[in-house]
Amino acid sequence: MQDRYSRQTLFTPIGVQGQEKLKEKHVLLIGAGALGTGNAEQLARAGVGKLSVADRDYVEYSNLQRQQLFSEQDAYERVPKAIAAKNRLQEVNSLVDVRAYVQDVQAEEFEQLIVGVDLIIDATDNFETRLILNDIAQKYNVPWIYGGCVGSYGLSYTIIPGVTPCLNCLLETVPLGGATCDTEGIIGPAVQMVVAHQSAEALKILVEDVEALHGKLISFDMWKNQYTGIKVSNVRKDACPSCGKERQYPFLAPGNQTKTAVLCGRDTVQIRPPHKMERDLDQLRERLHEGEVEQNPFLLAYTLGTQRLVFFKDGRVLIHGTKDVTEARRLYYKIVG
Amino acid sequence: MTLHVNGEMSAYPEEVATISDLLQYHELNGQMVIVEYNQTIVDRTAYATTRLCSGDQLELVHFVGGG
Repeated sequence: MQDRYSRQTLFTPIGVQGQEKLKEKHVLLIGAGALGTGNAEQLARAGVGKLSVADRDYVEYSNLQRQQLFSEQDAYERVPKAIAAKNRLQEVNSLVDVRAYVQDVQAEEFEQLIVGVDLIIDATDNFETRLILNDIAQKYNVPWIYGGCVGSYGLSYTIIPGVTPCLNCLLETVPLGGATCDTEGIIGPAVQMVVAHQSAEALKILVEDVEALHGKLISFDMWKNQYTGIKVSNVRKDACPSCGKERQYPFLAPGNQTKTAVLCGRDTVQIRPPHKMERDLDQLRERLHEGEVEQNPFLLAYTLGTQRLVFFKDGRVLIHGTKDVTEARRLYYKIVG
Repeated sequence: MTLHVNGEMSAYPEEVATISDLLQYHELNGQMVIVEYNQTIVDRTAYATTRLCSGDQLELVHFVGGG
């Protein structure tokens, strides 16, 4: 195993010194879907010392087309993505310290996860979480790498607090609607192109070669054969509430966080209890008399007719078969009371 | 009018006169878009008033949430 990194240390900008730096670094990946599994595998193989992987969802068959750390068995057993990712990453590189968090990461969780982190990789599927991530990164002065993709299109941007504009400078408002994997699908090559940009930027940051960062907002379309990179450095705003002089981190305020979310690419609504709780799945199982119940150590799936609810230990529930939040809440309260 | 958009030169119909029109033409109106117009990022408030000329170079980058 001594020469496992030999081809990487031969690469001059990394070298033996860079490899030592990688070993000392801790990367937090928010999301273990397509971008999360792609980046995690790259960074684990590259020998990053510690990887924390957080995800709120579990593996399904429709993930296998592009989410590279997962197997059919993971989908069959509905293993939480963070756990399945950790299992595979440890097979790939046992020298890496991988931590799995089966969590819906919002402000409260971020405050705990950010401790000791050198870099955050954005592999989320929504802008609400990204803007919380953006505020946390500014607050704790941690760089992060945005990535997004849908269809054959993707884009990426590296955000360095105090140097580049932040996501809030670029967006100005929370984008609502627009194309999602739900409406337009997604192809593996678009995922991999974003992963390639994110993980290359990650390596540069981790070996402290900031000069090499591309500094542009990169976008591409793998089907239309377009590739663009634009300079956005002058978009940085002094008055930005997330990174400006009088910053308030608006997305860390509790009032700005919703408790329900429609999951990208899935006909699914997530409901999250307002307070932290540990759900007793065995006790819940005893209360369910009709329908079909499947349980593993992390979750309980309950099917009644065409409706399926999946209860996680951390209190969250995924309600499948609907994108309607009100309908989802109705089903939730019908069972949880 | 001929414009270079995202690296490709194309002919656009007459009704494409401003950046707003161009976004509409590409079905990007209402989306979160960053527009680079002849190497300069354009403020969103100026999309409707920035008139395009033949030969202009534009890069349209829209944000997507999937991941």
